[in-house]
Amino acid sequence: MFGRRRNQALLAVTAAFPILIGIALKIASPKGRGGGPNSGTAFFDQLAGNGVFLTFIALSSLLILVLPVVVSVVAGDSIAGEAGYGTLRYLLSVPAGRTRLLAVKFGAIVVFGLCATFVIAAVALVMGAILFPVGPVTLLSGTTVSLGAGLVRLLFVTLYCAAAMAALGALGLAISTLTEHAIGAIAAAMIAVVTSEVVDNVPQLSAVGPFLPTHWWLDFDSLLRAPVDSAVLARGLLSFAVYAVLCCSFAWARFTSSDVTS
Amino acid sequence: MTAIATSGLTKRFPGGAGGWPLAGKRPGQLAVDHIDLDVPRNSVYGFLGPNGSGKTTTIRMLLGLAFPTSGTAAVLDVPIPAEANRVLHKVGSLVEGPAFYPFLSGYANLARYDAADRTADPRTARTRIGEALDRVGLLPAANKRFRHYSLGMKQRLAIAAGLLRPRELIILDEPTNGLDPQGTREVRALVRQIAADGTTVFVSSHLLAEVEQVCSHVGVMRTGKLVFQGSLPELRRTGAARVVVQTSDAEKAAKVLASLGLDNAQAADGEATATLGDAEPERVCAELVQAGVGVRGFAVAAPSLEDLFVGLTGEGFAIDG
Repeated sequence: MFGRRRNQALLAVTAAFPILIGIALKIASPKGRGGGPNSGTAFFDQLAGNGVFLTFIALSSLLILVLPVVVSVVAGDSIAGEAGYGTLRYLLSVPAGRTRLLAVKFGAIVVFGLCATFVIAAVALVMGAILFPVGPVTLLSGTTVSLGAGLVRLLFVTLYCAAAMAALGALGLAISTLTEHAIGAIAAAMIAVVTSEVVDNVPQLSAVGPFLPTHWWLDFDSLLRAPVDSAVLARGLLSFAVYAVLCCSFAWARFTSSDVTS
Repeated sequence: MTAIATSGLTKRFPGGAGGWPLAGKRPGQLAVDHIDLDVPRNSVYGFLGPNGSGKTTTIRMLLGLAFPTSGTAAVLDVPIPAEANRVLHKVGSLVEGPAFYPFLSGYANLARYDAADRTADPRTARTRIGEALDRVGLLPAANKRFRHYSLGMKQRLAIAAGLLRPRELIILDEPTNGLDPQGTREVRALVRQIAADGTTVFVSSHLLAEVEQVCSHVGVMRTGKLVFQGSLPELRRTGAARVVVQTSDAEKAAKVLASLGLDNAQAADGEATATLGDAEPERVCAELVQAGVGVRGFAVAAPSLEDLFVGLTGEGFAIDG
């Protein structure tokens, strides 16, 4: 998986973003605030004082589009790509086993999502440490914790984002079993993400908000408060789990019962 | 003990745009229509039929890739698709052309397929992949990326994938597609070699000449139906020998042939023909001369396999059904 140049390129791109954001904010910071339109605005004020916040800024900005794109590419390509190359029929007649193949593919998607998230977090952390002072972390609720405790929270934030990406990966996998055109599956997964984000931002549709796949993605900021708002996090994780289970079940039902005609 | 046995195996594809390409808008194209294959072990079975006669669909069902609409199939006495994963590791296959990852080398591609096989020993993978590549003569190009392979090399790599382990059955779907005459000969030699090792070979083709020299048994498909199945000598026997009389008086010759009790006596331009049946050619010739027919030429023509094949599968580009 990591030997493929495309995947290496995707990881390289995700690594490049935190660097760009870090440099951009460093240039902007002397003039005052480097605030942006993202929901992570609160982090921007903190950045000048603490490089650790670059990680939160990077994750919250990239979680909107870049990270979903990267995960969608890998997930949408998973089955549809094999079908497109025709290698699916050979893998199944090896025999790889349909259920096993699906499980391996989902495992690979989750691992890739985890790696991409950690690459962003790690690169942002290093950039933050280079460009800005680093010290005890002042949380959004105003309390200050030690740098070590801050980094632990950072780890959980990253894992939360990776869980969100795993749920998206399951959605991509399900779409991927419907077609033999990888690009179609990738586009469909992306459209699902964007649609969900748009609907989530329409106040009149707020009733459906909590049920959207992207609704809970940015709620990792709960981890940056004291005490941690675990109810929100639990609901977020529940949402991810439900999406993952539903999509994986659909993918399984579809993949184990349909003809491979590619 | 059969290598492949099917009973009433049928596949109907759903109609509409997403269905079988040839189906058009008709609902439910019958791609395979109640076929009863019987492939004995250690045979080389030629699965013949024109393009679109249902050969590949049948092979897909035998490999558990497509699910039959009705009927049953067993490969090496194991029911398919129910227990496909229990038997398919004993089956090597080439289905509808080679398919590999263009961004990987030939060696890496084979390694990936081998890794997908739970029953294969990863410790011997290197040796086995090397041997398979060597058998198809691809060892020198093992580390070249697949995308840089020529068509013949791609085809050979696909056959190598089927030879990664000792198999009991090898299924080759159109193995010589796109190969030059040398490549075709090489594939034939390879098939002979595989069969000599005691492996059953099931090879599909739309070219009779291609498999005639290597096959012990043949099955002939036409528009989804199995129109003939048996050994090669049995196929030859289905063709009736004909007498061909060259003469200036074809009408008269045909009458004489008919009076001798020969069927299908026909007169054409300077030539009279009839089915020989049990009649002795010597007597037929003598009778013709006695009846005053000026015989310029007299021949007994056994139909070529090609003729039999065309007779079974129909001529030309007509797509029936």
